Amino acid sequence: MIEIRQVGHAFGERVVLRDLTLDLTERRIAVVGGNGSGKSTFARLLNGLLVPTRGEVRVDGLDTRRDGKAVRRKVGFVFQNPDNQIVLPVVAEDLAFGLKNLGLPKDEIARRTDEALRRYDLHALRDHPAHLLSGGQKQLLAIAGVLAMAPEVIVFDEPTTLLDLRNKRRVAEAIDGLPQRAVVVSHDLAFLEHFDRVLVFEDGRVAIDDRPSVALPAYVAMMS
Amino acid sequence: MTPYVPGDSPVHRCPPGRKILALVAAGTLLFAWPRLDLALAALAAAALLSRLAGIPVRLMLAQLRPLAWILAVLVLVQLALDGWQAGLLVAARLAALVLLAGLVTLTTRSADLIEALQGGLSWLRPLGVNPAKVGLAIALTLRFIPVLAAIAAEVREAQRARGLERSLVALTVPVVVRMLKMSDDIAAAIDARSYDPDRDSR
Ligand SMILES: Nc1ncnc2c1ncn2[C@@H]1O[C@H](COP(=O)(O)OP(=O)(O)OP(=O)(O)O)[C@@H](O)[C@H]1O
Ligand SMILES: [Mg+2]
Repeated sequence: MIEIRQVGHAFGERVVLRDLTLDLTERRIAVVGGNGSGKSTFARLLNGLLVPTRGEVRVDGLDTRRDGKAVRRKVGFVFQNPDNQIVLPVVAEDLAFGLKNLGLPKDEIARRTDEALRRYDLHALRDHPAHLLSGGQKQLLAIAGVLAMAPEVIVFDEPTTLLDLRNKRRVAEAIDGLPQRAVVVSHDLAFLEHFDRVLVFEDGRVAIDDRPSVALPAYVAMMS
Repeated sequence: MTPYVPGDSPVHRCPPGRKILALVAAGTLLFAWPRLDLALAALAAAALLSRLAGIPVRLMLAQLRPLAWILAVLVLVQLALDGWQAGLLVAARLAALVLLAGLVTLTTRSADLIEALQGGLSWLRPLGVNPAKVGLAIALTLRFIPVLAAIAAEVREAQRARGLERSLVALTVPVVVRMLKMSDDIAAAIDARSYDPDRDSR
């Protein structure tokens, strides 16, 4: 469970999040809101990539401020731009990067790498240079790399924004199929319809917090 | 950067550290004894080994393409100064080294190569050099050269559409801005995947 207590965040003078208190327990949580409303900042607080300037964020009781490393093992993160999160030159090597960082034994790394590549049909490409993959394949590789680390929750920051329609659908299906809990920032409202909970951000606050059938129409009305 | 060509030949299976050592030894030998027969033997060895590794001739020759001009100039200068044998020696020696180096990268996964280099650098640890960091830096460079090339091409295209392709500022500023944004993202991505430079895994 992720507990957010009286959290505020500012970059210098600029206040981006104001006094949030939330418990995130649902299996699928969506985060929507206009540009600059604080969604990415919120997402980064959840695994300690950012530490809040006020209040605290706890994951299974661990404080992101003090136990950042342990928190990042529990909470994986998938970014918007697939290019910027693939860090090693070859597909299988990149997939293994996080696993090596966890200090797993070699055979366990090989086993998990294999399994994750197969899951997303990337196995035939395992020795390919990563930059030759399509955008959708790169995003699937990024998801596979995080999934292989077996976190309890995965946070996605606009995972389908840069993809074409077909790849949007593939990545959305991949996220739907994840065994883990997920927090997904997205502008793709259709994809969020069957989520368990929607948080609508406006100007650094959660303006609406409800089921999709209530929150999504209210968000659309708010934006028009 | 030349991609890895998967395979199961003895050249592929040879430990990366040994391949690097052999390459260094060959280089030292060729320059310590500037003899045409040695240089030609090294060329022959490169040809033989690439054959053994199943690397297509086309790929091997591609290694020499960036060097074609340098080779031509070197040969001409040496020809003018010392006669054809010296020219041939210089060209054969350089070509042999480039081919052997290419053979190492073509038959070694970059992760293995980096790991071997890290091992080779570990004696620098007392001087404050962190081999794991050096290894990651090399890997990142290999990974992002094609990405940067793509960004540069994109920017050039966009500026050409606006008639700005001759302006150095119009070309470099957007590239640098995107690189800075990109390096922020990459750093976050590395962090998010539990990278810890101080943990000694190897
Ligand atoms: N590192 C930073 N330094 C200063 N200001 C920042 C930083 N990161 C974000 N901001 C500002 O904080 C505000 C909220 O940014 P955030 O990225 O969280 O918004 P967002 O809801 O994700 O927007 P988008 O839909 O455009 O992704 C923006 O006004 C942004 O300019
Ligand atoms: Mg954002």
